[in-house]
Amino acid sequence: MTQILIDGCVLSANYALIALGITLIFSIINLLNFAHGELFMVGAFMVYYVYGVFHLPFVAGLVVAALVTAVIGALFEKFFFAPVMRSSTREENSMLLAVGTALLLDSVALFAFGHEQRGVPDVIPGVMQIAGGFLPYQRLLVLVVSLVLVGVLLWFVQYTRPGRAMRALAQDRDAARLMGVNVERTSMLGFAIGAALAGLAGGLLVTVQGISAGAGPAISIKAFIMIMIGGAGVVGGALLGAVVLGFAESIGYSLLPGSETYLLIFVALILFLIIRPQGIMGHPWG
Amino acid sequence: MGLTRQGSGVNAATGGAARMLAHTALGFAALAVLFLLILPALFAGNGYWLTVLGNAALLAFASLGVWLTFSIGRINIAQGAFALIGGYVTAILDTRYGFSFFASLPLAGIIAGLVGYAVGWPILRLKGVYFAMITLVLTEVATYAFLNGGSFTNAASGITDIPRPRLLATSLDLYLASAVLLLIGVVIVWRFHISPVGAVFRAMRQGEELAASLGIDIARYRLLAFVVSSGMGGIAGAMFAAVQQNVFPTSYSVNDSINFMLYCFLGGLEWVVGPVVGSFLLIVVFQLLSAIQRFQVLLYAILMIVVMLFLPNGILSLPRVVSGWRNRRAA
Repeated sequence: MTQILIDGCVLSANYALIALGITLIFSIINLLNFAHGELFMVGAFMVYYVYGVFHLPFVAGLVVAALVTAVIGALFEKFFFAPVMRSSTREENSMLLAVGTALLLDSVALFAFGHEQRGVPDVIPGVMQIAGGFLPYQRLLVLVVSLVLVGVLLWFVQYTRPGRAMRALAQDRDAARLMGVNVERTSMLGFAIGAALAGLAGGLLVTVQGISAGAGPAISIKAFIMIMIGGAGVVGGALLGAVVLGFAESIGYSLLPGSETYLLIFVALILFLIIRPQGIMGHPWG
Repeated sequence: MGLTRQGSGVNAATGGAARMLAHTALGFAALAVLFLLILPALFAGNGYWLTVLGNAALLAFASLGVWLTFSIGRINIAQGAFALIGGYVTAILDTRYGFSFFASLPLAGIIAGLVGYAVGWPILRLKGVYFAMITLVLTEVATYAFLNGGSFTNAASGITDIPRPRLLATSLDLYLASAVLLLIGVVIVWRFHISPVGAVFRAMRQGEELAASLGIDIARYRLLAFVVSSGMGGIAGAMFAAVQQNVFPTSYSVNDSINFMLYCFLGGLEWVVGPVVGSFLLIVVFQLLSAIQRFQVLLYAILMIVVMLFLPNGILSLPRVVSGWRNRRAA
């Protein structure tokens, strides 16, 4: 029981990074980032190379993961999404473009990283025992760093100037432009931060679960599940979705090892959406 | 026609209907001659290419269904799930209950359509990215469901040794059956497109609330589009099961569902033959460039990005784009 709680907390905190990243991108440029799981995977591989292969400090790995994914995100926004969003007449266009970027990262990763499952040695070895459950220090590290990052992001969005600009953009693009917000740069920044969050989540979770080049789509689907549970484009909803999915997974896998857990999660999700199509905290149709 | 097409929803249903019907009949006859006479004559005796073209025809058939859901303004990433269902229906009926393939083929479509009805009724309330996400999840659900089906679906080992119908023994037979199926699919979707129902679909794409305010029962119409689409996916999956003589839970993944969308987009969402053009083009080109099949996903990805950047309305919009350039240069 305690074990389920511990695992649920660690997963939830990490998933919160993923969900916040995809929510940020969704609310700022109104795009469902299909490549989110791929950015997670790229971040994980950065930590694998920097920390696992070149034996530099783990922190350096996280920094590289964040920077590389942020740059990928910013470039995607500038050269792919911004032009298409400006000229497109159908909402499907930008979404299919996002699918294209996901496939692009998937196949490039397969060539660059190979298809083996990779893992890294523990940053802090050892296990802590709490009330009958085991918490390896490694997982504690993931939990703490994730929570700190979530806190920093929430502070950034709430209290800094660029953060306010992002929220203004999410509310009303035209009004934000009229108020003197640099819409192009803020969109790029938002995409970069969202991508970096995915990269950081991957860089943290690689120390627990390892990574392979094909892991992207599964993570993207998890991100989608979280924002469907919580409500797309709502920060509180993203956090709630992360907690629900994290605990559903930890409870599910302790009772039913194997793919039944996800089958049940999917079925529960569809039943839930029948009752509440906009998610727990979402507004109807965003 | 080309320039006025975007706003032609109402016109097509009333004014230019007779002329358009004549055009349509002519175009369809050309398509039929191409698929049933020219292609088989060109590739007679070349089993490999007949198989490739047959596969392309089946993929185009499934994509036509996706096209129909696009026409109501929904991004449908679930077609892989329905192809999987169709494949399993045929596999189970043929191998365990002694059904003939031609009896199980329509059943596969009907059962996939019924599943589409049951699933579509709740999820069609979702729009935009929500609908895209849930249909993507559906493709995963189907894989997991068949994986956990125990002895009924044979779990991960799938169902193999599906008997091939005696009428479809050669690759030419298989190609012709697939091509006939595709032509039927084009007719079905075309009928929808030019009928008042098609006009309702387009109205719903432009604004469901507006359509509802005109007294249109949008819930029923969107369900109709989704059920037809799902049934077409099921039939395509059943044909594939007969062609490949096996079906596995992983036969169709999210990537396949995405490819069905890609074919529609590549051809063009404004034309009924868009998915046909898109799927044949991609599949034939990739067979020709068989040396680079290792890079297939990479090329698909680049192609998707390039098409979205430069030809967002698909290949069939190329004449319009080119004439736009000419006009601008002339002006």
